Amino acid sequence: MIWNREYETMSRRRLTMLQTKRLQNLVRKAYISNPFYRKKMDAAGVKPTHIKHISDIVKLPFITKTELRDVYPYGLLSCHVNNIVEIHTSSGTTGKPVVDAYTKKDIEIWAEVMARTLAMGDTTARDRVQNAYGYGLFTGGLGVHYGARRIGAMVIPISGGNTKRQLQVMRDFGTTVLTCTPSYSLYLAEVGREEKIDFSKLPLKTGLFGAEPWSENMREEIEEKLHLKAIDIYGLTEIIGPGVASECERQNMLHVFEDHFYPEIIDPETGRVLPDGEKGELVFTTLTKEGTPVIRYRTRDITFLDHAKCGCGRTSVRMHRILGRTDDMLIIRGVNVFPSQIEEVLLKMEGIEPHYQLVVERRDNLDYLEVQVEVSEESFSDEIKRLEVREREIERALHEALLIHAKVKLVEPKTIARSEGKAKRIIDKRNI
Amino acid sequence: MNIQQISVFLENKPGRLANVAMVLRDNKINIRALTIADTSDFGILRMIVNKPELATDVLKKAGFTVKLNTVIAVEIDDREGIFYDIMNLCDKNGLNIEYTYSFVEQHSNKAILFLRFENGDKAIEIFTKNGYTLLHNEAVRKM
Repeated sequence: MIWNREYETMSRRRLTMLQTKRLQNLVRKAYISNPFYRKKMDAAGVKPTHIKHISDIVKLPFITKTELRDVYPYGLLSCHVNNIVEIHTSSGTTGKPVVDAYTKKDIEIWAEVMARTLAMGDTTARDRVQNAYGYGLFTGGLGVHYGARRIGAMVIPISGGNTKRQLQVMRDFGTTVLTCTPSYSLYLAEVGREEKIDFSKLPLKTGLFGAEPWSENMREEIEEKLHLKAIDIYGLTEIIGPGVASECERQNMLHVFEDHFYPEIIDPETGRVLPDGEKGELVFTTLTKEGTPVIRYRTRDITFLDHAKCGCGRTSVRMHRILGRTDDMLIIRGVNVFPSQIEEVLLKMEGIEPHYQLVVERRDNLDYLEVQVEVSEESFSDEIKRLEVREREIERALHEALLIHAKVKLVEPKTIARSEGKAKRIIDKRNI
Repeated sequence: MNIQQISVFLENKPGRLANVAMVLRDNKINIRALTIADTSDFGILRMIVNKPELATDVLKKAGFTVKLNTVIAVEIDDREGIFYDIMNLCDKNGLNIEYTYSFVEQHSNKAILFLRFENGDKAIEIFTKNGYTLLHNEAVRKM
């Protein structure tokens, strides 16, 4: 079902005009009201009047995650703080979090794009949406919530975790739409099978899954086990949260809601914009955001775009599911992890060699991170319990920094490749 | 009264033990007794050898993490109930054992029990007071 026929099936010509107008408005406002953007544009020698067409966007400078962090907490605000009605942030595990501040209108837009997303999964006012994304500062929970409310569906705001209760609720309330990470949906299926739940007898029809990379194989497995249609959704805190792009019922690439979020694919080395079909770094501009707009934000996600019209009738550009990253970020159970964070923790601990290797595996549909650390002459004790205590200490420190559990394994010295040149620090065994 | 023991950190992967054994063979080092303690991830090989300093040196050179530390070697009669006697003695005197292993002497009716205590000095005192024979490095090496 198409939620907003006017905007979702708009002709390319009209859409380009709309995007042009919105970009001009965005750039003008950012230039006037936000010193950060004014400085950036001045440095690049661009004035708002230089934007005559959406394609002039290439004249504007990029913005990186580091810059977003540097202006924490309010540096990106392009309206008065009193106009902000809600705040969300990234987890901030790599330093200062990225802030998403929403005006009343921003929340309206969020509800709109999430309603479009849910409608792509055939969600209507008659549906019961079990929302197992986390509620709180994380954008997932409330984003889905607002969209489901906009549609008029019944929301079950169960948030993440507590698997047995999820299954209980799913049966008792007759959930028809499930929203969570793809790996968690498989975990639900697994536990459900142990509990002898026959998913084919439940009214489940759609699952909207995102916040981590997954694959066609996983989709097949999820659909077979949970007896529902699995839809890939995409979003990120820096832009708005979920609701940036989503697959339609054809499950053939993700429609970008480009009347609000303008996508570009660039060569990560040169910054040059690449044509349809060429893989590169995904860049977004929030055309309509008032609170914390971003102009040409480099997501570091790798994908490509396709402007060919989709059989569903929507005219929006589609992006392929995320193919990789331009940095070494790992997503483990929906949490972003950078090897540099792990290194930082290890360097702070005494008697630990800064040589480490990360092994990521997926077992029973859940991600496991193992951190292999070399035992040093000084830290080696011939008593097992001391070594095990050491492992636990490192695990605790990693948990504090990463917010996820990592298993620490002590290995023999000099068995991990040294960081001269390009060390292979990460072994990702997940086939996704 | 302390006996030198070598401990080697080993990852649980094939061939590691063979590598240790090869280094010892190549340097003509003889093993008197050994034990392995292991967890799911790693193991610790503990050995009494005839040339502990040399063994430590060559193993380190071969890239192993090695520690030279001390245990107590008690010479005991090779008979039923003797292990209980020793454990009972430790228990009564509040001696906390970290680990223990033993071997039987070939040409006598004696056995040797190696013990690692939290408090080694106190253990030596108690064993000596109770009439047990504690072996020196030299004696163990000649076995």
